[in-house]
Amino acid sequence: MFEKNVKLVNDVFKEYYFKHFELIHVPTRTSEREFGYQKFNEGMTRHLSIKDDKELHLLLMTQVPSDVYCSNAYYSFPNLPMSEKDWKGADLIFDIDAKDLKLDCRTSHICCKCNSCQNIVKQGINCSVCGSTKLETISVTCKNCMSESKKEVVRLLEILTKDFGIQKEEIKVCFSGNEGFHVYVVNSDYQTLDSRERADLADYIMFNGIIPETLGMNKQNNSKSTLPDVNERGWRGRVAKEIFGSKSKRAKIVQEVISGGYSVFQAKLEDWRQEIGVKIDPKVTMDIHRIFRLEGSLNSKSGLSKILCKDLENFDPFSDACLLGDENVEIIANCPISFKLKNKKYGPYEKEKITVPKYAAVYMICKGFADIN
Amino acid sequence: MIQLGIRDLVKYPFLAETGEYLRDKGFNLEQLGHPDWKPIVEKAYGRIVVATTGQIYGSAIEDFENMDSEILSFVIAIVLLKSAGIPTLIKRFSLSEARRAERYLQRDLLQKKNETKLELPLKIMQDLFSVKVMTDKEDFVISVSDYLKRAVQFHEKEWKLINRRVENGFVFLTAHETVRLIRKELDGYINSKIQAVNIPSIPETFRERVSDLSLLAKKFSEYVIVSSDYPPCIKHAIEVLDRGENLPHSGRFMLATYLLSKGQTADQIAPLFKNAPDYNERVTRYQLDHIAGSSGKGTKYSCPSCDKLKSENLCFEIPECNGIINPTQFGKKRTANV
Repeated sequence: MFEKNVKLVNDVFKEYYFKHFELIHVPTRTSEREFGYQKFNEGMTRHLSIKDDKELHLLLMTQVPSDVYCSNAYYSFPNLPMSEKDWKGADLIFDIDAKDLKLDCRTSHICCKCNSCQNIVKQGINCSVCGSTKLETISVTCKNCMSESKKEVVRLLEILTKDFGIQKEEIKVCFSGNEGFHVYVVNSDYQTLDSRERADLADYIMFNGIIPETLGMNKQNNSKSTLPDVNERGWRGRVAKEIFGSKSKRAKIVQEVISGGYSVFQAKLEDWRQEIGVKIDPKVTMDIHRIFRLEGSLNSKSGLSKILCKDLENFDPFSDACLLGDENVEIIANCPISFKLKNKKYGPYEKEKITVPKYAAVYMICKGFADIN
Repeated sequence: MIQLGIRDLVKYPFLAETGEYLRDKGFNLEQLGHPDWKPIVEKAYGRIVVATTGQIYGSAIEDFENMDSEILSFVIAIVLLKSAGIPTLIKRFSLSEARRAERYLQRDLLQKKNETKLELPLKIMQDLFSVKVMTDKEDFVISVSDYLKRAVQFHEKEWKLINRRVENGFVFLTAHETVRLIRKELDGYINSKIQAVNIPSIPETFRERVSDLSLLAKKFSEYVIVSSDYPPCIKHAIEVLDRGENLPHSGRFMLATYLLSKGQTADQIAPLFKNAPDYNERVTRYQLDHIAGSSGKGTKYSCPSCDKLKSENLCFEIPECNGIINPTQFGKKRTANV
């Protein structure tokens, strides 16, 4: 980020942290967590230990980080190097990001920025100005992206509660501050799972690695296959709903599916995985040493807050997480995609000098669509 | 408190109660060295031989007269193995004994109608391995986390959680699956028991069989045939980079750790990443040195397991991958010299 942009964004972030202490708290078991932060154009500072809200707020005011993180893991010595921390356990975490959902709407709100000459092009593999192939994809998030992400969250919550027996009170859903949601599970049964065990748990959630036999297919003798019933629990019931829809046509559909044979069924599993598997980012769930964005902090990719969703259905990230000031700022915007914040539409702009509220200016600067005038 | 009978000790001779039983009966090592006990020493040796061939030693537990000799043959087998001090034999013996106990555990679990019979196997699993097993109609259920901690050791697809009935925090299993799940721990437990045994000297009558064990062990040396082909995941990663497409960080990590494990240097590997859309020579060099352990804290990173790569969508399995659990094992065929 250019220095002149950093100055503005830094000031706006500082103001946010000063005004919104009430949103930013240390998580439970504070002294066992590792904290970390980044400043604009600087590397990561991690292996920090923070004892309470007061110390956290002091760090925010003195360092004005672009991003603040906290471990999902608990350690005996959180501020020592990784090999000496003495890992004790970690909350289960899940990341659902609209960019992983392969949504049709994406093409209408992504574009590319050339890393060599900063030119912005709507699409392509080469920069139209300098010909470089080093293009970085930038996206803004639309309403559809958010509602589809919410659907994934709902499906994840169903598996967590019904299949894994996790109580609703042990689950917390947060808007990530950019294009998705973070889900936390604080349940002692799952805290001590290691990375491999979490990978298998993630595969379960994503409907990865299922074999036809699990759903009743018989490799040796097709006619002995028995498909699951819609009333069954777990994945068998969910797959049955996917296959049969309603119960009335069951006999006919069973015949069709089974007569297709084992290998056809196996190929269908891949289609179903795309349809019904929950699209979490497995790398996040598998990582037991991750420092994860802190609730209440700002996301430097957007200037929006990572914020708790008390009512997921009615949560509107473009208003509820847009908490920066609204004083006018003059910027030069080169933003080929329009977006909405606080129910107001912005853009598209083609290298235009415009005056917009701070939150919209910071959003475009953070995305790489604008520079301070 | 469960009262163990002698039959239970024949089935599960690794339990602490075996020691108490033998002490109460007045057995000691010196006494067992008397030539009169030679048949038991032979029985113990036979028990080891059976184990080394991958078979399961079958005790005649219905024959009450042989009960003590069954228990003693297990104990003497441990004395012989410990004196020979050959890890391969100890490993094979403990695995075979684990599988034997597994058979009895399964049999006991299946007698569910008789609650007293069910009590012992459930207690063994709870006390020795901290797995709480409960019953639900025809099935046995254990918590998802207990299941995962054990099932990830298996590489067969049917053990993946997705291929299990999972409800309300529990995994449903048959009696066979329940005990299969703890085989490794059972093996580890028996192995640790053998390791913990301290034998100052052995009777003369045991010596011949101890030397026989050294001869027996020679059969089990392994040799490895190595092919120079890259596994499909590595080939795929190289192709992606060749095409100038983006390979995710996890894919780059896999490629670097794999090639480093095959003896390539950071200098040899770095050019592979030149086509990456975000290639930066300095960063690439730094990261390779870090992975190789030549910078930073000196930690050398290993190539991720096949399971991990599968979860990260980096696995492109082919039939030749069968039986390997890490890409670095691809093309190596292990053959036992028997």
